[in-house]
Amino acid sequence: MEHNISKVIILGSGALKIGEAGEFDYSGSQAIKALKQEGIYTVLVNPNIATIQTSDHLADKVYLLPVTADFIEGVIKKERPDGILLAFGGQTALNCGMILDETGILEKYNVQVVGTPVDVIRSTEDRQVFAEKLAEIDVPVPRSRAASTVEEALQVAEEIGFPVMIRLGFALGGLGSGVCWNEEEVKDLAVNALSHTSQLLVEEYLKGWKEVEYEVVRDCYDNCITVCNMENFDPLGIHTGESIVIAPSQTLSNSEYHMLREIAIKTVRHLGVIGECNIQYALNPKSEEYRVIEVNARLSRSSALASKATGYPLAFIAAKLGLGYSLTELKNSVTLSTMACFEPALDYVVVKIPRWDLKKFRRVSTQIGSSMKSVGEVMSIGKTFQEALQKALRMLDIGAWGLVTNPNGLGIKKNDEELLEELINPTDERIFSVASALKQGMSVDELYKHTDIDPWFLHKLANIVRVEGLVGEYSGGNCPRHVMDEAKRVGFSDPQLGKLLGTTERIVRKMRLNYGITPYVKQIDTLAGEYPAQTNYLYLTYNASEDDIELGDKNSVMVLGSGPYRIGSSVEFDWCCVNAVKTVKKEGYRSIMINYNPETVSTDYDEVDRLYFDEIRLETVLDIYEKESPEGIVISMGGQVSNNLALPLEQMGAKVLGTTPTQIDRCEDRHKFSSMLDTLGIDQPAWSELTSIDEAKKFAHKVNYPVLVRPSYVLSGAAMGVANNDREIESFLQKATDLSTDHPVVISKFLSNAKEIELDAVAKDGKIVTFAISEHVENAGVHSGDATLVLPPQRTFLETIRRIKLIARQIAKELHITGPFNMQFIAKENSVKVIECNLRASRSFPFVSKVCKKNFIEVATQAILGKPFPEDNRSFMELDYVGVKASHFSFTRLLGADPTLGVEMASTGEVGCLGDDFHEALLKAMRSVGFRFPIKSMLISTGSIEQKAYFLEAARLLQKMDIKIFATTGTYHFLKESGIKVTLAAWPDEQEGSNVLDLLAQNSLDLVVNIPKNAEVEEITNGYKVRRKAVDLGTPLITNIQLAKRLVEAIYSKPDQDLAIKAWDEY
Amino acid sequence: MELILEDGTVFSGKNFGYNGSVAGEVVFNTGMVGYPETLTDPSYTGEILVFTYPLIGNYGVPAQTMVDNLKANFESDKIHLKGIVITSLTEDYSHWNAVQSLDAWMKEHKIPGLQGVDTRALTKRLRTAGTQLGKLISQGKDIPFYDPSKDNLVAQVSIKEPILYERGEKKVLLVDTGCKNNIIRSFLNRDVSVLRVPWDYDFSNEEFDGIMLSNGPGDPTKIPETIANVRKWLDKDKPIFGICLGHQILALAAGAQSYKLKFGHRSQNQPCILVGTKRCFITSQNHGYAIDDQTLPADWQPWFFNANDGSNEGIRHRTKPIRSVQFHPEAMPGPVDTAFLFDEFVAML
Repeated sequence: MEHNISKVIILGSGALKIGEAGEFDYSGSQAIKALKQEGIYTVLVNPNIATIQTSDHLADKVYLLPVTADFIEGVIKKERPDGILLAFGGQTALNCGMILDETGILEKYNVQVVGTPVDVIRSTEDRQVFAEKLAEIDVPVPRSRAASTVEEALQVAEEIGFPVMIRLGFALGGLGSGVCWNEEEVKDLAVNALSHTSQLLVEEYLKGWKEVEYEVVRDCYDNCITVCNMENFDPLGIHTGESIVIAPSQTLSNSEYHMLREIAIKTVRHLGVIGECNIQYALNPKSEEYRVIEVNARLSRSSALASKATGYPLAFIAAKLGLGYSLTELKNSVTLSTMACFEPALDYVVVKIPRWDLKKFRRVSTQIGSSMKSVGEVMSIGKTFQEALQKALRMLDIGAWGLVTNPNGLGIKKNDEELLEELINPTDERIFSVASALKQGMSVDELYKHTDIDPWFLHKLANIVRVEGLVGEYSGGNCPRHVMDEAKRVGFSDPQLGKLLGTTERIVRKMRLNYGITPYVKQIDTLAGEYPAQTNYLYLTYNASEDDIELGDKNSVMVLGSGPYRIGSSVEFDWCCVNAVKTVKKEGYRSIMINYNPETVSTDYDEVDRLYFDEIRLETVLDIYEKESPEGIVISMGGQVSNNLALPLEQMGAKVLGTTPTQIDRCEDRHKFSSMLDTLGIDQPAWSELTSIDEAKKFAHKVNYPVLVRPSYVLSGAAMGVANNDREIESFLQKATDLSTDHPVVISKFLSNAKEIELDAVAKDGKIVTFAISEHVENAGVHSGDATLVLPPQRTFLETIRRIKLIARQIAKELHITGPFNMQFIAKENSVKVIECNLRASRSFPFVSKVCKKNFIEVATQAILGKPFPEDNRSFMELDYVGVKASHFSFTRLLGADPTLGVEMASTGEVGCLGDDFHEALLKAMRSVGFRFPIKSMLISTGSIEQKAYFLEAARLLQKMDIKIFATTGTYHFLKESGIKVTLAAWPDEQEGSNVLDLLAQNSLDLVVNIPKNAEVEEITNGYKVRRKAVDLGTPLITNIQLAKRLVEAIYSKPDQDLAIKAWDEY
Repeated sequence: MELILEDGTVFSGKNFGYNGSVAGEVVFNTGMVGYPETLTDPSYTGEILVFTYPLIGNYGVPAQTMVDNLKANFESDKIHLKGIVITSLTEDYSHWNAVQSLDAWMKEHKIPGLQGVDTRALTKRLRTAGTQLGKLISQGKDIPFYDPSKDNLVAQVSIKEPILYERGEKKVLLVDTGCKNNIIRSFLNRDVSVLRVPWDYDFSNEEFDGIMLSNGPGDPTKIPETIANVRKWLDKDKPIFGICLGHQILALAAGAQSYKLKFGHRSQNQPCILVGTKRCFITSQNHGYAIDDQTLPADWQPWFFNANDGSNEGIRHRTKPIRSVQFHPEAMPGPVDTAFLFDEFVAML
């Protein structure tokens, strides 16, 4: 194969966000591998510092810069590439690519688009053009018309007839879309939607139709195949990213399956896609009538899922096809003996379930629909739908033991009315309520009527409910072998059986092993066993009678992954896992990975010697451990999911590598940890564990408000919060349904106006071998996952750093730490208190590793394995550049959620940028998370009087820069009296019309600074309305006064926005 | 119920469909959809079929409606294979087009099924040891092994008297060696009439515009009568098109040789490359025998080959409108990517 490309730019997708998450790290990494194989020089632009693709071993050059046209132009100008890849960085990269094309930048620098041409992309993105294109080949799309005003939208809706679906052009993840049943709803939706886009689409709403997708691959020789098809469990109307999805389709006959397949191929050929794309259909459940909903001419969430579901590396192949390869020239990378031009045959089923985290947000609607809200997903593999479904529900890590017999009342509603409401207007817990309804005796027909979920699925759920009843008959007695066997075959877990039989998980395991009921290891080989395949891609099933592979024949080390991405745990742990596995391999062991998140690189079978795509749960990990007999298990890389297994695994006799589980427990158990700190003479905020509201209040009075309240079990709403007075403590604790000795509340003194500082370190045998200290821009009170991190610290006293170092040394020694650990401190003046300690890798490990150019995980893994590592005395304090990590918030997608920062984490992703000084790094990072500069006009509303005063200096700088300042009443008066030119923006409750909300809607402000007086209040305040309006309109919003001030200073220091286009290795 | 293989391996499971013992040749198919079509494909005569896809019966079985004197939803009038082996049966099927469950349908046709089997383990055995004889034994009622390749299976499945399916003026003579309905439909849909004749029918005196050689079961060398009939037309200029067994018959008539594959091709995802190009087609296949294209006479050339194992997938005459393919352009079940071959053939008539 010959091509004329020797250097390319690959655009990443930036921070993880709702609708654009880890899948693009996976696809981008695959593309880079594919290009490197061809000897092509690869330049990656992606500010997401926690990704694998921004590691030093992948792309030749990495730019941690925003994926925006101006920065990309800068990189193009500097690097002079021949080609650019737009399909591997989600909608972010695609949109950026279209701008680069429209503005003539690509032409100017003679950069060729590798893969699907831009005009083809445009024809799939512009709804009107798309519909016209498909009409040319007689392929129907939903009846629809584009509208660019609210009036036009109403008119089209009338023509088509209600209900209608409103969609946005050029949007990802169904952003802003929704079903409208009447004029009023159209108006509401259209006003909002038109603030994001110039064009929206009003279309017929096909209620109850099935939703089916195909992943299509096409080369420039017109070879075209469909790699995988998938069927949604939830009917049309629920975004495919919000649906439970099964692959392959289950309820389609041969004729339907191949009709849609043929149309997919016809459509993709007609559009002219080269590489990979995805086509979504609506299919009438009562006939073969269908509509094409959309085509995504790029790698997508679904393509990552399809790659994992089939073993067919779509992104890798797509990159090669972009260079001009024919599918017939590429190998099937699983079998290595057959060719890439084929369609995988599955001999298993795959179930994907989205992971929501809606409870982390105040005021958010938990209903799911045509717009994405989920923050991650899990994928399970089984021989039957029931087996895979129950696995997947457990994988979500929301406390479910399966579909039924759950410990926390999932899906159980107070009354029939609530149950019906859940069935008809689903939330994230509907599937559990379907099981509940079946248990109450609701028929499949009636359920179908309420839910439009195909009866095939409902019957399978009904069977799980039946087996639950069957096992339950043996409660307290001896469960016969055939009953246990049947239960395991439909996916029941040992804890479920334990509860049903009135015994413990441990006893069930013993019984099960005595019966000889164990899962078997099966391979994913893309050809259903037709050809021999040396594949290392594995899963467990009870519907089998032999293992596919030889087990336990080599020295191996197991690494546990991090499970689903959710708020607080995402791609950064995947980076840790992948680096741990790499080191395990390098040190001469067979590496074994267990993980089940299809978005990750750690579940790429290319990365590891053996990949178990299965649960990270005591039962499953032990099953695999007993089969593989590894040297031990590394549990410190996958965040809390794997860390929580330390003690249980050890108790069951498994060897846990690194810091011992007993020591981990000493750190995790609040009492043990606290008394250890006392013994060591290390300071900590005063705290107490209490079991009644009265006690709580008494304690709060003793230490003085404010206090941090952390109930151990909360039914809904935010779990943690800061209380300033008795009333607030009461309102918090009333939400804790069960305040008792079993479910106590932990209350600690909350220090305001203090700095928060983090330490990431690696120790061996109790001695720290490397560490880095970062400071937060925001004062304590903002969750460390949401805070803006600065490394090396710019405003922390040397004495504070010295004290932190000493404390960390003491702790490492006391807990005899071997491996990674992270500590968080609060510092005020020079006093330092410990607020948290985790004996595992933390969220900030990739950030500190990349900023310090020192792989902390590699060193940690070597320490854990007892292998030597080179001495490296470079200190983070000597870096002559600054790294800033900023958070990305997806509030725009979380309808109703109050976009403030508090002690509960709310961000969905992060970026990390480097600069010659703090200001430059901060500006790059803020640009990367969606802030727009230069700022011409902005709104300020700065909360309390102290904050107003704190911000005054910054306001003066704004004035010097001639930025037009609007301010809400209090702030307005304060600024005016301080001599600052400012325009009043009245609060909504002060003035109907021409108030601050109208100002926001009518003017395109570049920034809104709104500092809540009290982040924990739940009422609809003026402040809430302003914040919400800002995010609904997509206007950048800052709600923290320190960050606001630092940002203004940074803008002032770089008046021309001359931010250096420098690659990572140039620092 | 048990499946006992020739080599002594036993797979136990639960019976469904008809409860009785049968013997045949055990083969596997990796298709993920299309069990009603597969079960009624006459090419499976004498076979016990293993499905690698674990969930079978999901969308039930459609009605026995007749259109153009053909069962509209099936590939022939009855189930031809001996029995099936699967992982998990869906009893509560769901489909607008279904009228009964797979279980009920198989009971009606007296075809036994075995479920609860690790079909991947079984498939791997067949793949490594090659196709084997086997028997499904119900309630200990043992029966002897049966080797279908010893019989003339074609004679069992072919029609006894010619049938005319009238459509347009052009007429294809279809030699039925176990024909799937969709081959006939493929012509009727293109407005071509079909005269379907028995496998050993002497058609020298019939009027027609082209000859279609159908698919069918078993070893092509078992039907020398058909081969001899076809050979008579090779030096004439009538267009001929062969599919699967029809392809093998054409090749044998031309003088090439056939051989038995280790475990056959039975799936819907076989990639076939058009010789001399980078064009690849995904095809549906069901055959245990193949043509050795090294033995093709000089005036013939290979047309397609299998991208996975390099075996021959089609031949054509260098000068005459005579050609054939090993795969199934009529699909049912499977992808319809090569349906254009019918267009090409019809254009030659």
